[in-house]
Amino acid sequence: MSATTTAKPGQARLNGRPGVQPSGRPALPQWTTAAVIWLVLLSAPLWLSLVGGYTALASHVVVMALVAMALNFLLGFTGVMSFGHAAYFGLGAYGAGLTLRYLSDSTWFAMLNGILLGGIAGTLLGILICRRRGVYFAMVTIAFGQIFYYIAYRWDDFTGGYDGLRGFSRQPLTFGPWTIDIQGNGTLFYYFVLFVFGVCIALMTFLLRSPFGRTLIAIRENQRRARFLGISVDKHIWLSFSISCFFASTAGALYALLNNFADPTSLHYNLSGVIVIMVVMGGMRSFWGPLVGAAIYVVLQDYISSMTVNWMSFVGLLFVMVVMFFPRGILGMLQRRPST
Amino acid sequence: MLQLVLFNVTNGLIIGAFYVLMALGVAMILNLSNVINFAHGNFLALGGYLAFVLIPYTGFWVALLVSPLLVGLLGYIIEQTMVRRVYSRDPVYSLLLTFGLSFIIQDVCRYIWGPNGLPLTVPDSLSQGLSEDLFFITGYRIFMMSIVIVSIVGLFAFLRYTRLGVRIRAGTLDLDTVAALGINVRLLRSLNFAVGIFLAGLAGVLASGQIGLNPNMGDDLLLPAFIAIIVGGVGSLTGTLLGGLLIGVASALTTVFWASAQEAVIYVIMALVLLVRPRGLMGEEGMFT
Repeated sequence: MSATTTAKPGQARLNGRPGVQPSGRPALPQWTTAAVIWLVLLSAPLWLSLVGGYTALASHVVVMALVAMALNFLLGFTGVMSFGHAAYFGLGAYGAGLTLRYLSDSTWFAMLNGILLGGIAGTLLGILICRRRGVYFAMVTIAFGQIFYYIAYRWDDFTGGYDGLRGFSRQPLTFGPWTIDIQGNGTLFYYFVLFVFGVCIALMTFLLRSPFGRTLIAIRENQRRARFLGISVDKHIWLSFSISCFFASTAGALYALLNNFADPTSLHYNLSGVIVIMVVMGGMRSFWGPLVGAAIYVVLQDYISSMTVNWMSFVGLLFVMVVMFFPRGILGMLQRRPST
Repeated sequence: MLQLVLFNVTNGLIIGAFYVLMALGVAMILNLSNVINFAHGNFLALGGYLAFVLIPYTGFWVALLVSPLLVGLLGYIIEQTMVRRVYSRDPVYSLLLTFGLSFIIQDVCRYIWGPNGLPLTVPDSLSQGLSEDLFFITGYRIFMMSIVIVSIVGLFAFLRYTRLGVRIRAGTLDLDTVAALGINVRLLRSLNFAVGIFLAGLAGVLASGQIGLNPNMGDDLLLPAFIAIIVGGVGSLTGTLLGGLLIGVASALTTVFWASAQEAVIYVIMALVLLVRPRGLMGEEGMFT
């Protein structure tokens, strides 16, 4: 199906050797890389202002990194391409926002509702989607993703319509007698986002190292062989899609809390394309690639959109350049060099 | 009430006709090259803008033909220089490439012609209504429908009776065999791409006469075009034709009863079709997987 997998006969990557693929490319996080990345992320508020950044930008990077890694769970580790992940991201945002606006002032409850809304929607639509393959999988995910955009856009007395959902703000976190003021303190909120990110990353790592995760990688490498081994490919793709949607909606819920705002463009397929380019730019076969891609994209967009109104051309050029010249992504290129 | 329903059915057929023109182009490219052309709606807008530029010099009728040809030529060049490089790669790359192109074309249109809508003047002879009761059937709409019908019939005749058309259809079914028989598959794909883009350009000129021009006019047509293909069935252009008309009319009829659901209804139709008949109404067995 794809030339990039370089699947050779006789290389059934089924037996779990954690960390290293037979081709020498690491597929799962290695401890050194992980340590460096976590050090950078944890210390970000200390050095960010020195390089002209600000804490909300860092939170934005982490949120987009989470949704990009969620997509990579599907794209990079299961080998099916969703082009509609903005829908589940946006549903997470709306779920959290609507809860804070109409139901409760608990940030935890809002997060939970956002995650459930996006995750369950993805799981249900996944039933219709999971039998498609290749470019048709992408097409059906785009088409179904857009339905939520229209719902948010049309149902304006409930969702705020085109102007987006306002009138809510994240509330301090409470654990029994303790409260953490993520409302007013941006740095604390950054660490809250980072904490949720960490939990999700740990879950993803656990899933990818489990027999289930190895099965997904087997499906990515050779679907037909996996089917002959008795793996029900459709069911695994459906599960992977659902899991990915749950992570994406987690990122969406954080996004609503970050901006105290949810708008229909967070559901639009343009954002889906942006999420895919983050994954590909960073390197879609590497675990941390999407984080790098998200960081580059978010910072670039922040910079370019403050410089020129024609930022769409720049983003479009970025897409074309990545596809034509850096198809392996940044981490993909770095990782490949030593082995070849 | 009858007039209202009739009014909306007419609207539905017209919007459906545009869905069909869009979808046929997208489907031809998808079937032969396995590429989803995200920029299709932007080629449509470009067709409209080129006609806008040409009309003062050449008049409407020449622009109607020349503008789609120019857009088709641009499509051919883009295929030659960029799209063909990703055919052999994972489909994610072709999607990202056309996605990026769509951003660029849209932004260039906005840069050159401004973000606001522009009117496209159509000949006076076409802009009168038929009668008091049937005010919504203007001469332009009849003209538009006839052009759409002529071009669709022309396309089907082209695919059926010309050598190039037969090769395109054969390539849709089995490209390897076509290549093995000594046909230049690279050229075939380029020409097929250009024909698809030509259809988008044509739809662009026609649509701008009705709704005016703006840089993102094609965006609202792109998703319905995808859905028309899914509903009609991948691999069958007749199915795409039916699918486009079906969702156009369904969406317009829904407007009568529940205007907010006019977009949602086409997604409901798609979900139902995928549940009951996963390969689409007229899709080839095994193609849409």
